[in-house]
Amino acid sequence: MEESANQMSLAVQQSKTAYDNIKERFGDAISEFDANPTMPFFEVLDTKRWVDIALHMRDNSLLRFNYMACLSGVDYPEEGKLGIVCNFESIGHYAHKIAVKVKCPRDGGSIPSVSCVWHTANWHEREAYDMYGMVFEGHPDLRRILCPEDWTGYPLRKDYQVQETYHGIKVPY
Amino acid sequence: MQELGKAEANSTRIIRQDDKRVIIEKDLDTEYMVLSMGPQHPSTHGVLRLECITDGEVVVEAEPYLGYLHRCFEKYCEKVDYPAIVPYTDRMDYLAAMNSELAYCITVEKLLDIEIPRRVEFIRVIVAELNRIASHLVAIGTYAIDLGAFTPFLFCFRDREHIMSLLEWISGARMLYNYIWIGGLAYDVPADFKKRVAEFVAYFKPKAKELYQLLTENEIFVKRTYDIGIMPADVAINYGWSGPMLRGSGVKWDLRRNDPYSIYPELDFDVPVPDGKFSVIGDCLSRHLVRALEMDESLKIIEQCLDKMPEEPNFNSRALIPKKIRPKAGEVYGRAENPRGELGYYIVSDGKSTSPLRCKARSSCFVNLSAMKDLSKGQLIPDLVAIIGSIDIVLGEVDR
Repeated sequence: MEESANQMSLAVQQSKTAYDNIKERFGDAISEFDANPTMPFFEVLDTKRWVDIALHMRDNSLLRFNYMACLSGVDYPEEGKLGIVCNFESIGHYAHKIAVKVKCPRDGGSIPSVSCVWHTANWHEREAYDMYGMVFEGHPDLRRILCPEDWTGYPLRKDYQVQETYHGIKVPY
Repeated sequence: MQELGKAEANSTRIIRQDDKRVIIEKDLDTEYMVLSMGPQHPSTHGVLRLECITDGEVVVEAEPYLGYLHRCFEKYCEKVDYPAIVPYTDRMDYLAAMNSELAYCITVEKLLDIEIPRRVEFIRVIVAELNRIASHLVAIGTYAIDLGAFTPFLFCFRDREHIMSLLEWISGARMLYNYIWIGGLAYDVPADFKKRVAEFVAYFKPKAKELYQLLTENEIFVKRTYDIGIMPADVAINYGWSGPMLRGSGVKWDLRRNDPYSIYPELDFDVPVPDGKFSVIGDCLSRHLVRALEMDESLKIIEQCLDKMPEEPNFNSRALIPKKIRPKAGEVYGRAENPRGELGYYIVSDGKSTSPLRCKARSSCFVNLSAMKDLSKGQLIPDLVAIIGSIDIVLGEVDR
């Protein structure tokens, strides 16, 4: 174990320290730490606690993840799930970075919204909803953002079929 | 969008006048009105519609509507292989295509874990910084147009033209370069590259000073931007702002310094942040000042790169580029400091296919624009134009 810890780069070690803090507080609600060198992450297993974890990450004096750099929706067809991947860091406090994954069932699944924790999540969650169709519970304004509001289907799902016509206009051309 | 109806009776509305807040209207029975701004609004540089609810001349709320340009960047990325995405990233932020390419290429290189020749790194930084200057020139020029000044626009476009022709000479294209490739460059720079870039730097230095004076010592310009659209630092961070927008709020955060990539750690440059003497920290003027000062820093960077750039005989910039790019399974979030802020790519590779399983572009304009609702509250309609202009949006990046 110790040997593998030595091989970790400084950035991954910092993420690991941040992860240990969250793990201590939330225990089984989150998965083990994935210490890959390109994007260290952990997964939230108990989706209901995502907002609590988010608040802890933002407000704990040892974490201060005040900056959400990115939130991307992802489709996991083989697991039957949809998910989001969020990248966090701390501006003006610490140099650590971490990514968090939250998943929900592919059909009618929902993820708690964190747009009250980081304002930037508001539009990112709308985009993830627009492209993948997961519902963000508690989102103040969950509407499509890039597609028209009466568009059918969620374009970035792996099994997406383009609708034939839209208001009498041929779509795939 | 909230229900329309009568505005609050007996409300007092505060309207700015000569930097002092004075109450101009009282006890008037007024109604809210919906006003659509755009999609052809001049300061949107593309297509954006703002649905404003106005109370007289005051904006109660402005809600941006996007999607007019949406051309499915992320869907397209899942269909083609890694190198074929590079030209498409150009079309996202078409005013700073080199920077967009650089961000994408360093992200894929991170996933591939390959070493880049030093000469390539220097050329990349030079073209990226040249493009940053060009982009800021457009930002400043069109911002002046938004506020009614035409001459600075002509000055900016005259100087930008030099960069355009320089980059065209290097890459063969005027705006959409496809020059930085994964692992290297499309081709090495022409023979007297250093000389011509040095000539441009010498030409542009006094022009930058002139441009700075032309706008920031202009009373009308300052009055139109001073104390307008203020964003406090902590809210800006919470909104995920980056680039000149975040630095305009007084946060010293630049990815070239705080999450360094390429050869930036070896270079000496400052990160300009407003000091509050000349502008209110976080207002439109601060954001303009940051852009104006950043051009000087870019010139500094280019000069240093020209000095340090190694000359390698028979240099082949494509030698390292693998024939088929197939990264090992994994995921990566890579980013670079664009003229408009942080441009990040989240890429998932399954290890078997030559195209990404998922490629998300995190564009700075999309994130910066999401704060529009907060920024516009209680502002006057003409100030709204100043605020949109100060965000410096490129809609190709917002809609992707």
